[in-house]
Amino acid sequence: MSVLTRTPAPLDRPRMSPLRGKARYAPTLATLGLFLAMFAAGAVMYPGFLSGQVFLNLLIDNTFLIVLAVGMTFVILTGGIDLSVGSVVALSMMIAAALLQAGWNPAAVIVLVLLTGATFGLLMGLVIQVFEIQPFIVTLAGLFLARGLCYVISVDSITVTDPFFTSMAQARIPLVGRLFVSPGVVIALLVVAVAFYVLHQTRFGRTVYAIGGGESSALLMGLAVPRTKVLVYGISGLCSSIAGILFSFYSLSGYSLAATGLELDAIAAVVVGGTLLTGGYGYVLGSLTGVLVLGIVQTFISYEGTLSSWWTRIVIGALLLVFILLQKLFTRKVRLT
Amino acid sequence: MSALLRHRLTWPVLALVLLLLLNQLFRADFLSVRVQDGHLYGSLIDILRNGAPTILIALGMTLVIASRGIDLSVGAVAAIAGAVSCMYIYSSPDPASLQTAATAVAIAVVAGLALGAWNGFLVSAIGIQPIIATLVLMTAGRGLAQLVTDGQIISVSNDSYQAIGAGYFLGLPISILIAAAAFGITGLLTRRTALGTLIESVGINPVASRLAGLDARTITWTVYVFSGLCAAVAGLMISSNVTAADANNAGLYIEMDAILAVVIGGTSLAGGRYSLVGTLVGALIIQTLTTTVYTLGVPPEATLVFKALVVIIVCLLQSSRARTLLSRRRRPVTEPSRPKVAA
Repeated sequence: MSVLTRTPAPLDRPRMSPLRGKARYAPTLATLGLFLAMFAAGAVMYPGFLSGQVFLNLLIDNTFLIVLAVGMTFVILTGGIDLSVGSVVALSMMIAAALLQAGWNPAAVIVLVLLTGATFGLLMGLVIQVFEIQPFIVTLAGLFLARGLCYVISVDSITVTDPFFTSMAQARIPLVGRLFVSPGVVIALLVVAVAFYVLHQTRFGRTVYAIGGGESSALLMGLAVPRTKVLVYGISGLCSSIAGILFSFYSLSGYSLAATGLELDAIAAVVVGGTLLTGGYGYVLGSLTGVLVLGIVQTFISYEGTLSSWWTRIVIGALLLVFILLQKLFTRKVRLT
Repeated sequence: MSALLRHRLTWPVLALVLLLLLNQLFRADFLSVRVQDGHLYGSLIDILRNGAPTILIALGMTLVIASRGIDLSVGAVAAIAGAVSCMYIYSSPDPASLQTAATAVAIAVVAGLALGAWNGFLVSAIGIQPIIATLVLMTAGRGLAQLVTDGQIISVSNDSYQAIGAGYFLGLPISILIAAAAFGITGLLTRRTALGTLIESVGINPVASRLAGLDARTITWTVYVFSGLCAAVAGLMISSNVTAADANNAGLYIEMDAILAVVIGGTSLAGGRYSLVGTLVGALIIQTLTTTVYTLGVPPEATLVFKALVVIIVCLLQSSRARTLLSRRRRPVTEPSRPKVAA
């Protein structure tokens, strides 16, 4: 191990990636293809599946997952991982519900929740960066800390009755024909657009990719590696709290057991969307596609009716596995043995 | 004296003793153990009995972490083991017989071995990072357990089965005896043979170990199978203690407790160095911490917060950066710094 290597480099990191040129888009395009194929299969199998609203419902039902996947994309692009997102979503919902119940102004509540999420993420990032502890152990501790704080706020479910939140839950934005989306969809797509801009058009975004490609090289190039690494966890925390607010719009309550296991869905969405878990390659639009694939699995299971909900978890686990194996195939070709 | 202070078990043991004394301060009968109906009773026995599943899972986790891996799926494996054994007893024609209980245990153990082999296959044969490989089973595992129990909490009544988690033998809870036996056998196998050293060498550098002639792949595989086995037996204890399989909640968050126990015990998460006794002390600290939270009258919901804070503090103290900062303050600059242990 050389002196400059801050973390032990994975042994199987490809020296030269096969994902060059147009091939870079292959995993993301494969996911898009998978989504279209599943949608087509659904249209053949079930009457009424082939409609714009079924597609829009995928977005409406998964707004929080889209936002979570965006934050997770930043973290995974740097080669890290954030296991705390599900708990931070629940914590955000609990804080929002408790403060609204206490009669706070909804705008102030939203600002405070977003600040809490971002601070939580930044603190984890600082611990990871300054003390050089593996991200997964720090964020796993974050998972338990945030979940424990939920229980401290309240063990029981808190109902949200605030007029602003209920109006956001019921609002429908009409599109052409009789199609509609919820305000949450607009917010989620806005987050995707901002992330897309940041990752591809800014110095910060290029640094994120550079860290994932090779942290020591990025350091040698003089990039702001430590600052960027801390910030991606802050971004993930911020996204988690946005997702928490969107989840509150969706469920109109705060419950300390909410969003259990959501971090796994977010990681699965990012991986299925074609982002390499070793970092450096991937697209935020791929993660959006990944969420749609997971969403359509859920739709299939609800259309089938006879299949129980726990099949969702099994299918998501299987999809995660298939895409990890595909990634392995992609990177193995050039592996030095 | 300074050698004693530097021994890596000194601080964990001291922490355990302090925790126990703290409890004694708040409850005068805390440390007393009495005999009732021929069984040993007392808070200390309770700590051991309730901690037995964590001790077992932490035992498997220690070897996995020593090989520079991690097993996030242990909670899900425990849930699956409880689910298959309870489902077998529930659906068998003679649900109360000893033979049914024995078959149920055998099925659960085989399931644990198979799931461990699956994790080991992904890590050692396919070469996926351990955290991701075991994440797959962590995601899908509870779904599988719910599939087995059809989403219900399956209650069983079988005295022999109940004995695993709640029975007594020679005055001691059987779960403690099982955990102690597993601990003793593992200690003998890894420390009286070269196995422990081989696992550590794989943890330090798998490629170098392979070049040196070790079958690194089989060793890696074996530690995951062992972890699956430990998780399955722990799952049996948990479900037998409440005589029901709860796919959603059995073994929930136990992976965190196990990792925490291993880390408190002085095993480095970077692999290559482990201490079984340390893990045992770590697991006892966690269980005592849980009991302390109750004793102090803190709402039990806050336990997770306490545990999370402890894991963060322990990790911070273990990190090389913190050690450098601490030692810089303590010793003069002229003294040569100690050589770094395999990072």
